[in-house]
Amino acid sequence: MMTKKTEENIFKVLMVLSTSIIICGFLLIMGSVLIKGLPTLSIEMLTEVPQGGYYFGKGGGILNAIVGSLYLSLGATFLAFIVALPVSLFMNVYLINKNKLLNVIRYLLDLLWGVPSIVYGAFGFIIMVYFGLRTSLLAGIITVALFVIPIMIRAMDEVFKTVPRGLIEVAFSLGSTKSETAFKVFFKQVIPSVVTAVLLSFGRAIGDAASILFTTGYTDSIPTSLLEPTATLPLAVFFQLSSPIPEVQNRAYASALVLILIILIISLLARIISNKNNLKKFNIKNAVNKRFIYYKNIRNNYNLSYKKRRKSQQ
Amino acid sequence: MKATETEIKINNLNVFHGNHHTLKNINIEIPKQKITVILGSSGCGKTTLLKCLNRLTDLYSNIKVNGEIIINGEDILHSKEDITNIRRKMGLLSQMPYPLPMNIYNNIAYGLKISGRKKKKYLNKRVEYYLKQINLWEEVKDRLKDPASSLSLGQQQRLCLARGLTVDPNIILADEPTSALDPVSSNAIEELFLNLKQHYTTVLVTHTLRQAKRIADYVVFMYLGEIIEQGPADEFFNNPKMEKTKSYLRGTSN
Amino acid sequence: MLACLLLVMTMPLLIGIGLFLKSTLLLDNNSIINLLFSKTWKPLNQNFGFYPFIISSIWVTLTAIIIAAPICLLTAIYLTQYSKKYFLKIMHPVIDILAGIPSVVYGVCGVLIIVPFVSTIAPIFGKQSSGYTILSGGIVLSIMITPFILNILIEIFRNIPDELKEASLSLGATKWETIKFVLIKKASPGIISSIGLGISRAFGETMAVLMVVGNVTKIPKNALDPGYPLPALIANNYGEMLSIPMYDSALMFGALILFVVVLFFNIISRLTITKLEIY
Repeated sequence: MMTKKTEENIFKVLMVLSTSIIICGFLLIMGSVLIKGLPTLSIEMLTEVPQGGYYFGKGGGILNAIVGSLYLSLGATFLAFIVALPVSLFMNVYLINKNKLLNVIRYLLDLLWGVPSIVYGAFGFIIMVYFGLRTSLLAGIITVALFVIPIMIRAMDEVFKTVPRGLIEVAFSLGSTKSETAFKVFFKQVIPSVVTAVLLSFGRAIGDAASILFTTGYTDSIPTSLLEPTATLPLAVFFQLSSPIPEVQNRAYASALVLILIILIISLLARIISNKNNLKKFNIKNAVNKRFIYYKNIRNNYNLSYKKRRKSQQ
Repeated sequence: MKATETEIKINNLNVFHGNHHTLKNINIEIPKQKITVILGSSGCGKTTLLKCLNRLTDLYSNIKVNGEIIINGEDILHSKEDITNIRRKMGLLSQMPYPLPMNIYNNIAYGLKISGRKKKKYLNKRVEYYLKQINLWEEVKDRLKDPASSLSLGQQQRLCLARGLTVDPNIILADEPTSALDPVSSNAIEELFLNLKQHYTTVLVTHTLRQAKRIADYVVFMYLGEIIEQGPADEFFNNPKMEKTKSYLRGTSN
Repeated sequence: MLACLLLVMTMPLLIGIGLFLKSTLLLDNNSIINLLFSKTWKPLNQNFGFYPFIISSIWVTLTAIIIAAPICLLTAIYLTQYSKKYFLKIMHPVIDILAGIPSVVYGVCGVLIIVPFVSTIAPIFGKQSSGYTILSGGIVLSIMITPFILNILIEIFRNIPDELKEASLSLGATKWETIKFVLIKKASPGIISSIGLGISRAFGETMAVLMVVGNVTKIPKNALDPGYPLPALIANNYGEMLSIPMYDSALMFGALILFVVVLFFNIISRLTITKLEIY
C-alpha cells in the first residue's frame, strides 16, 4: 500500500516538474527576447531603412524588413485565401455526403501541413526558376502562399464543419442554387471564424524564414513593385545575428522582439474575434487540434453516417 | 420468507451540480440480496444517485453531496476508510460497455491484480470461474488473448459485469446496462441479474418500465430529482398511490 | 472551386516530382547508395556524400524527442488528470503562444541561453565546447515541438471516456493505477503517433537548428559535437548553389530526402492512430 502511494507521489512530482519546465521555457524565451531587445529598440529602428554602414553598427533601422514582411505576408495570405476559401466551401457543401473522399482530402492536407517549410522553399525556388523569375517579392508571396494554403484550408474547414447541417438543407430547399447558398448562408454564419483562420495563417506566414530564404532575396530598400527583391523580419533577425559586431547583434534581438510583438498582436486579435463575435465561442485552434481525434473516429463516423442513410431510405 | 435486511440506507441525500439542485432529500432503504430498480425518465438524477453510492462523484469538482449513505453501519460519504476499499465492495456496470484496453483475460484479472493477487495459477482459475458465472466461458475460452473490444456489445457488457464481480463486491450497481444492447443480449443480462440475486444486492437504474416489471423486487420511482414513490414491486405496479406514478405507469406501459 | 481543390490535392505530388526532376542531374551521375552513405562532401570536387548530414539530422531529432516526449506526456497527464480546470485554461494560451513563436526567435533564444548553457556544462562531461552542438540543437528543437506534441496529447487524454476511468476506479484501483494501467494504454496509439509527428516536425525544422548547431561537416560522435543537419545544409548554401548545376541539384536532392522522410513519418503516425486502435 505504501509503495503504491510513493510511486504516485514520485510521478506527481515529475509531472509538476515537467509542467514547470514548459512554463519556465516560455517565460525564459519571452523574457530573454524582451530584455535583450528592448534596450536597442528605438523609434529610429522602426521608422528608418538601413543607412550606409548599418551592418557595421551605424545608423538606420529595419523599416525595410518590417514593411517587406507585411507586404509578403499580406500578399501570401491574400493569395492563400483566394484558394483556400473556395476549396473549403467546396468540401463542405458539395462533398459533404462523400465522407470517404473528404477524409482523403483532409488526410492529404494534413500531410501538406507537415511538410517542412524549407522544402516549400526549395519547391518555390524551382517554380521561380521555371517561370524565369528572379528573387522577388512575388516569388516569395507564391512560396509562402503554398506553405500557408493547407493550414488555412484546414482551419476554415474546421469552421465550416460546425455549421449546422439543417441550415444548409433549409437554404437548399428554398430553391437557391448551390453556389449561392454556399456563399451567402455559410459566409454570414462564419465570418468571424474565417477572419480568425486568416489571421492565424498570417501569423504563420510572417514568422517563417526557411521558405523565403531562396526566393525573396534581401535589400535595404522598401520594395516598390512585386518584381523587386525584399527584406523580411525573420531574415533580418537571422542575418544581423550572424554578424560579429555586437551592435548589429543587439539589433537582431530588437528585430526578434518586433517580430514577436507583431505575432502576439495578431494572435490576440484572432482570439478576441473568435471569442467575441462567434455565437458558439468557437476556438479554431482547439478544433484544429481535434483533427487527430477525428482520425480516430473515422470508422465510427463512417458507420454512423451509413446507418443514418439506411434509416432515411426506409 | 425471511425478513428483508437493509444493505444500503440513504438518509437526506442532497446533490448539487454547481447551483443546480439535482437530488432533493433522497431517503431509501435498499434491501439486501434483492434487485432494487430505480425508475424514472432520463435526466431525473438516477445516474447521479448511483454515482453517489460508490462516490464516483468525487471525480467531478462541481458536484457537491450532502447527507448520509450508510453501508454496513458506516457512512461512506464521510468515512475515513480508503475510498478504493469502499469502491471495491461495489461492482459497477455502465450504460455502454467500457472494456478496459486489454485482452479478455486481463479484463477479468485486472481487479484481482489490483488487489494484489498475482499468482498465475490462481488467476487462471478465477478468470475461468467468473467467465463461467456470466456464461461467457464457452464463447471465449479459445481466444482469451484477444482484445476485449473484439467481442460483441452484449458479450462486452457481460464481460464488464464479470469484471465487477472479481473484487468480491456485496453490491452491484448498474446504470441502464441494457440500453445499448439488442433484445437477446438484454435478456441474457437480465437473466444474469436474476441468477446473481442470491449473492449480491443489485441496484439497477432503468427507464424501461417493462424491464423493471420483469426483474424488480423493490422499486424507487424518481421524477426531477425527487422520489415520488417507493415500495415492493408488487405493490408498486399493482397498487400505486401517487398520481404521478399512476400516470407514468399508464403512459409508458401501453 | 474544383480547379483549386485539384491544385491543392496534387501539391504533394508536384513537390515530389519537382524536387525529383531537379535531382536527376545528380542521380544520373551518382548511385543513390553512394549519395546516402558516402562520407565525403566536397561540392567543388563533385563529391556529394550526404551521410554526415543525415546522421546529424538523426542525432538532433532524437535528442529533441528524448527530451520532449517524456516532458509532454507527464505534462499532458498532469493537466488533464490532476490539475484544476482553470490551470488548463491558463496553459492553453501559453501553449498556443509557444506554438506561434517563429523559429528564428527560437534560434535567437537558443544562441542567448542554450548555447552558453551547453558550453558551461560541457566540461562536466570532460569536453571543451563552444556550445554550438547537437545538444543545443536538440534542446532548442525540443522546446519547439513541445507545444505541438502537447496539444495532441491533451486532446487525446481528454477524449478518453470518463466511464473507462470510473470502471477502473470502481474495481478499487487508485487514481495512479488507473492512469498507469488503463489511460496510458488506451492512449498509446495516440502517444506513439504524436511522437511520430513530433519527429517529422523536428526533422524538417531549419532556422532555429541552423543557428545553434555549429554547422561543421563532420560525423558527430556524441551530443556535444557540432553537427550539420540536412535542412541547415540547404539553407546555408542557397546562395552559392546557382553557380554550380551539380551543387544545385545536390541541394534539391537534400530537400527531396527531407520531404520523403517527413512524409514517411507523417503517414506512419497518422496510420498508427487510425489502424492501431486494437482495443
